[in-house]
Amino acid sequence: MEIGYYPGCSGGGSGVEYKLSTLKTAEMFGIKLRELEDWNCCGATSAHNTNKLLSLALPARNLAIMEKMNLDTLLAPCAACYNRHRAVEVETKNDEALREKIQQAIDMEFSARTTTISILEWLVRDVGIEAIQNKVEKPLKGMKAACYYGCLLVRPTAHTGFDDPEQPNTMDQVMTALGAQAVDWPYKTECCGAALATSRPDIGSKIIYEVIRNAKDAGAECIVTACPLCMLNLDMRQAKVAKTMGVKLDMPIYYITEMVALAGGYTPNEIGVPRHFVEAMGYLNSLPEKAAALAAEEEAQKPKKAAKAAVSPGAGQADGAAEPAVDAEAVQKKIEAMLKGIQKSPDKIAARLIEDPERAKVLAELMAHDEKKSLKIAELMVTDKDKATKVADAFVTGELKKRDKA
Amino acid sequence: MKEAVTLIPMPGSAQAMIEQIEHEAHTNIKSCYQCGKCSAGCPVAFAMDYPPRQIIRLLQLDLVEEALKADSIWVCASCETCSARCPRNVDIASLMDAMRRKALAEGKVTDKKVAAFNEGFLGGVKNFGRSFEAGILLYHNLKTGQLFKDMELGLPMMQRGKVEVLPHKIKGSAQVKAIFDRVDKMGGE
Repeated sequence: MEIGYYPGCSGGGSGVEYKLSTLKTAEMFGIKLRELEDWNCCGATSAHNTNKLLSLALPARNLAIMEKMNLDTLLAPCAACYNRHRAVEVETKNDEALREKIQQAIDMEFSARTTTISILEWLVRDVGIEAIQNKVEKPLKGMKAACYYGCLLVRPTAHTGFDDPEQPNTMDQVMTALGAQAVDWPYKTECCGAALATSRPDIGSKIIYEVIRNAKDAGAECIVTACPLCMLNLDMRQAKVAKTMGVKLDMPIYYITEMVALAGGYTPNEIGVPRHFVEAMGYLNSLPEKAAALAAEEEAQKPKKAAKAAVSPGAGQADGAAEPAVDAEAVQKKIEAMLKGIQKSPDKIAARLIEDPERAKVLAELMAHDEKKSLKIAELMVTDKDKATKVADAFVTGELKKRDKA
Repeated sequence: MKEAVTLIPMPGSAQAMIEQIEHEAHTNIKSCYQCGKCSAGCPVAFAMDYPPRQIIRLLQLDLVEEALKADSIWVCASCETCSARCPRNVDIASLMDAMRRKALAEGKVTDKKVAAFNEGFLGGVKNFGRSFEAGILLYHNLKTGQLFKDMELGLPMMQRGKVEVLPHKIKGSAQVKAIFDRVDKMGGE
């Protein structure tokens, strides 16, 4: 498979790791990336802030070159480059007059028939989650990552459309396929402040701080991005932001392609991880230990399951791993029944889990609004009642903290 | 009768300016019913003099001069959250964009720092065909009189092989320069 490739200006400078790891990722999946010949800068935000026609003409020259090279699809890993090339494609699609005007401005033939895709679109739609899963040699087990999409991968919605603009999950899917845990967090699509970190650091620092703090609060131990400007702000400027805000942050930031390449067996040196500003090797080195702890925890859960399987009729084998399929189905049915029970009368189920009536009431409210949490509770009530009590208690504590803050 | 307020119809020129901004932004400011969702989600509203909702209100009230002079249009990071969430499909981000361009054209830029960044960025593209990161920072510092801003980042950037010391000039740099010139002649829209 062969697609066009637009490294963008940062690929030769501040975003060099993104370029290195994108090339390795393509190599992993046998995809040939053909770099556009003599491409120019897309103009980024500065162009559309200054002159609209210029902001369309600059990326249009690249797309015209691409047409000459007989390519249909362009991979633009930088979120801003992706956004600008997409903007031309979308705006000229049904506007013949504009297309002709642009053609005149670039003095080249431009038929507006190409499609620019982002790195996430490429990974999830073209490469595919299953293919990624199959290539994992060194799973990222033990990693707790906040997947950070930022602005331009999901907005404007008319240009993107491959993921949900408010609750995107393509990067989460990739990270999960690599063996990591993708934490649920509220700042997935918040802005990193973009160029404000340079032009108005008084504003930029606060925005950067909020993103990192929210990832931390959600339990993430690193942030994963698909944009070189987000990387620049979160990584290069993190030390200064921490100093300005008087806090310790130490949050390693990675590119999604670094994660794919690492899990695929490439070494951190090959893709430039040691070049990050916030120390990023230590966390990677700590993963085997975290994975072992996680495995031990899972192992500790197993005997309980095995014991349950032995009790249920029809499960002759003592080995819990070889539970008959019938049993799994029965458990699933029970969980579904429990979930229905929760949805029908959350207060009753809550009372069974928590004695304190006030805390039980909070749990009931939580379950009434949060389907994910209800499902978790239902699963645990069927499989492990003790754990269900503990998790319910943790949910309530978390919710109360949240309310306190609000 | 002394208390009576005389309503002066807006001069035609200002009316035309608002229409032009709307036209460039492909959006209709009259659709806005002032719910404030744009401002609630705006990551930089805390640093604005008029949050996005009020900028639109200014335009609705024909106070285009006031809106063009607002810091807000330069604080806006173009993150597009407002446009994505507007229940009335007002493209606020695009309006902000059109207003920045208008303010530039009218010589009414209130925040010189952001404009200086854009100038530095595009200067590199015009001359070399690509943006030149080190050059942008240098230009921005000189233009805004902050000679030592971000200096502490220079050496670590170099040590990490993340700085191109000299700009990369593409073969077609003359073509790119010609695009800048033609676009200027064509009026930019």
